[in-house]
Amino acid sequence: MKRIVVVGASAAGLAAAETLRREGYDGTLTLVGDEPHPPYDRPPLSKQVLAAEWPPERVRLRPPADLAALGLDQRLGVAATGMDVADQALRLADGSVLPYDGLVIATGVRPRRLPGEGAHVLRTLSDALTLRDRLRPGLRLVVVGAGFLGAEAAAVAWKLGARVTLLEPAPVPLAHAVGEEVGRVLSRAHLERGVDLRTGVTVTEVTEEGVRLGDGREVEADEVLVAVGSLPNTEWLAGSGLTVADGVVCDQYCAAAPGVYAAGDVARWHHPHFGVRMRIEHRTNAAEQGMAAARNLLNPEAAKPFAPVPYFWSDQYDLKIQAYGYLRGHDELAFVDGDLAEGHFVAAYRTGDRLAGALAVGMPPKTIRRWRQAVAAGASWKEVVG
Amino acid sequence: MRVELDEPKCVASGQCVLAAPEVFDQRDEDGIAFLLDETPGADSLDGVREAVAVCPAAAIRLAER
Ligand SMILES: Cc1cc2nc3c(=O)[nH]c(=O)nc-3n(C[C@H](O)[C@H](O)[C@H](O)COP(=O)(O)OP(=O)(O)OC[C@H]3O[C@@H](n4cnc5c(N)ncnc54)[C@H](O)[C@@H]3O)c2cc1C
Ligand code: SF4
Repeated sequence: MKRIVVVGASAAGLAAAETLRREGYDGTLTLVGDEPHPPYDRPPLSKQVLAAEWPPERVRLRPPADLAALGLDQRLGVAATGMDVADQALRLADGSVLPYDGLVIATGVRPRRLPGEGAHVLRTLSDALTLRDRLRPGLRLVVVGAGFLGAEAAAVAWKLGARVTLLEPAPVPLAHAVGEEVGRVLSRAHLERGVDLRTGVTVTEVTEEGVRLGDGREVEADEVLVAVGSLPNTEWLAGSGLTVADGVVCDQYCAAAPGVYAAGDVARWHHPHFGVRMRIEHRTNAAEQGMAAARNLLNPEAAKPFAPVPYFWSDQYDLKIQAYGYLRGHDELAFVDGDLAEGHFVAAYRTGDRLAGALAVGMPPKTIRRWRQAVAAGASWKEVVG
Repeated sequence: MRVELDEPKCVASGQCVLAAPEVFDQRDEDGIAFLLDETPGADSLDGVREAVAVCPAAAIRLAER
């Protein structure tokens, strides 16, 4: 293999590029990214960057010298516009064509938007800096969507003195992701601080004055942040010969076609342990999958299934939420450790007869590690919860 | 080799402890990582490299000499 191209210069793409080099690949390694910046990290954007605690340079993923040491052919600020698995060539927006022997697709996701103009979204560094520059005491901010991203942004804005209204269509925020009971605990964090969380409220459009609700009423705002989920960046793969269905569809090795792999937020792969095709928008998954895709690309005969224990964290107010496993579609949730009334606890999730995941708030690392291990081992519910 | 940890970046994920338990540990009170060994031996190289790669906060750096 002499020419490998990685598309998407963020967490997953960088992990793939670094792993290729670490595993001894010394051919041409091209990193294509449509953002002008060298790879940077997104989780701090809704935390330290939005709170103006960190200057933007602090989010770069690697110091320039470490990046340079990878010997990359970097094409930053240039989008990939198409490819064809039959030709093994990638087309770029600047008109160039890159033939490849191996390809890693790591183009991530972009925010879903609402009709109407003038609302913020929060995905890129420039999104974060734009919103940061507007936040001030007394600002009326409407956040549409009380998922993890909306909740984190609401928490930062509240801390900076903004008057925050958080609008959520579901009766309980995050219930689909972490269960109703935990969703209610997280809701309380907003309400206790005077963030105006309104549930069961749909927003149909962004208006001059703020946002319009499903019942026709308006909620006024100085600034609006729309945080209603995301869409995989796969349009450029139309006509490529790859299967796209809410992400690039891959097998358990992260392969989308021979010599073509996908990783990170954009990849929908078959997780052998959970037995489902999943697409995960978690920071650790992006790195782990980028590494796995790179290894399998270099060594398809000895390919290893990608079977991680999914992990994510979220920081909201003084709460640190950490979760392991696959919580979606769980059958039962039980509080198994800590003290719910004191605000620190572990919730365990049952799917079938197995412990499918665990979520901790404010628990010591040793406790969390124990639960991670149980999830990793595929422990039976009976055995660990009773 | 020398390992550098940018502590204020750490998000307490514990990924480094899984990758190289002889080099990293986490504080009990908040899960923030600390180094057990700033200059681990060659045996730890693979584990430390793995930790650098999987740390979701890009908080670990391997300064080779
Ligand atoms: C504000 C924010 C906070 C977050 N907080 C957390 C958190 O606390 N915990 C957690 O676990 N996860 C968090 N995440 C999720 C985490 O950041 C993502 O899972 C991770 O960034 C995914 O990395 P990726 O490389 O797969 O995709 P991305 O980071 O989306 O990178 C994809 C890159 O590809 C580029 N691209 C797209 N199309 C093309 C094209 N056609 N040609 C060239 N380049 C292209 C994109 O512009 C982008 O630069 C957060 C995300 C955001 C936005
Ligand atoms: S892997 Fe990184 S973020 Fe996680 S505990 Fe270690 S240093 Fe902290």
